[in-house]
Amino acid sequence: MSDIISGISQAITLIVTLNPDVLEIAALSIYISLSATLLAACISIPIGGLIHFHEFYGKKVVITLIQTLYSVPTVVVGLIIYLLLSRSGPLGFFGLLFTPEGMILGQTVLIIPIMMGLVISALGGVDRTIRDTLVSLGATGFQGVIQIVKEARYGILSAVILGFGRAISEVGVAMMIGGNINGETRVLTTAIALQTGMGDFPFSIALGIILLVIALVVVVCLNLLTSGAFEKFGQGRTGAPRE
Amino acid sequence: MIKLTGITKTFGKTEVIRGIDLEIRRGEIFTLIGPSGCGKTTLLRLLDLLETPTGGTYHFEDIDTQDPSTDLLALRRRMAMVFQKPAVLNTSVQENVAFGLKFRGVDPDVIPDRVREALERVGLFHLATRRAISLSGGEMQRVAIARAIITNPEILFLDEPTANLDPISSDTIESVIKEINRESKTTIILATHDMAQGQRLANHIGVIMDGRLVQEGTGHDIFYRPETQAIARFVGIDTILSGTITRKEGDHAFIAVCGRTIEAITSLPQGANVNLYLRPEEVSLSLPGIIDPGRSSVRNHLPGRITNIVPFGPFERVTVDCGCAITALLTRLSCEDLHLSPGTEVIAGIKASAVHVTAEVP
Repeated sequence: MSDIISGISQAITLIVTLNPDVLEIAALSIYISLSATLLAACISIPIGGLIHFHEFYGKKVVITLIQTLYSVPTVVVGLIIYLLLSRSGPLGFFGLLFTPEGMILGQTVLIIPIMMGLVISALGGVDRTIRDTLVSLGATGFQGVIQIVKEARYGILSAVILGFGRAISEVGVAMMIGGNINGETRVLTTAIALQTGMGDFPFSIALGIILLVIALVVVVCLNLLTSGAFEKFGQGRTGAPRE
Repeated sequence: MIKLTGITKTFGKTEVIRGIDLEIRRGEIFTLIGPSGCGKTTLLRLLDLLETPTGGTYHFEDIDTQDPSTDLLALRRRMAMVFQKPAVLNTSVQENVAFGLKFRGVDPDVIPDRVREALERVGLFHLATRRAISLSGGEMQRVAIARAIITNPEILFLDEPTANLDPISSDTIESVIKEINRESKTTIILATHDMAQGQRLANHIGVIMDGRLVQEGTGHDIFYRPETQAIARFVGIDTILSGTITRKEGDHAFIAVCGRTIEAITSLPQGANVNLYLRPEEVSLSLPGIIDPGRSSVRNHLPGRITNIVPFGPFERVTVDCGCAITALLTRLSCEDLHLSPGTEVIAGIKASAVHVTAEVP
């Protein structure tokens, strides 16, 4: 118990005094996981949209496969990406193994299924009559798709947040692809694992707190971004008093 | 303006529309009435080009809509539709109303004025900045109408626009519809299961049943001269009897019906087997022994005994057994005045001209 209490007080000191090691690890974590989230979103939203808006043979199978991959273990993704990126692997010539960029690639692959699956669900949750209404109002196919995506914005936002959450909290890919090299590829989760093993609890607790604070800030920012970006006619939100 | 020939629509194995021929003239209000599930919605969706017909042809202003070279988007942009369940997008009321103009690439500077005009027309301008999903059902339906008319469509389709609305909201919507037709010369096709509404709004009515257009004509034709028993029942004729014409004096016919003689006006010949339709509000009831001189034009006096009285809004539906069951619709007050109750002996009075006679159909 005293470990925990002294750990927390030392952790707060580490954070308040802006300990350079802590900051560096936190910054790298944010860089890697946000990049992976952004990349995954750029891939998952359009492809999820394509899957949702098109009828094709085997659509249900594809969606089931995507949903199955929600629970793919991070170490399995780590293993596959490791094999691809290793010197003798097919992508070895990029030299991405044990680099932050390699970790971004690994986390992107890890979170694409969950993001894509939830994007498809979010789009599917938009009422069928909305689609008819848009067509009837004279929307082109593209105009209709844009409106439906906007209509599903909160669901899509949840997909992105969940993807980010999975990326920043995972250890398998970060450890296997990054290698937990101090000052190079050490991120919050791998550092916590290592420091805890070495008995350095205050450092681990400090990193744990930071991890949660980052998650909070990112979620708040994404929420603000969605409500702001899609509702430039902000008066619609406050509105006139009800009769 | 619209010409359908032999239109059919099949979903899977279900034939929803079974061959409809229909012609709509520019500027008219046409109402489609029919029971729920008869195919009204599907027909409107076909007309709005949201569905492709399985068979038959659909010409809009001489343009064949099934011709692969026809630009359906351009055609659809000349029409507008209000759906039974109003779907508003999750944004402000004014944004919702502006969609049609935005999709057509209208100059953004003129959009606010047009939105104002459309919202004022449905009486909702004061809610322009409200979030559309927070509106009541009636308000949402009016937003949907404003959204549909803002593009000045040549034709407006309305699918049960007042279903599930309170009477006051329904009245507002009906007057808006009439005004749009009168002032903008917009052709209107409206589907409803409310016959009275169909009659209030339009002169040209089509009855659709089981995927077929079974009768087309004026309100009077459909309410008083239904062509089949099914239509008669749908338009509120409770009493349908079968009989044989025994004697004729000109068009005046004496018809043997369940052991009695009913007089009616028909051009059908003596000896013909016929159906008689009696609208319940055309049947009067009086007590035996009291001859009402004001009713001298009533040719049929059928004695009987009341079997059943059921409240029907401000009226009472009274079923009288006169050898066959005849239903009368009386105000509650007149029921009380006559002290009517099940078992009371009464005389059912029916004018000869109020009996609609057709050749017998099954």
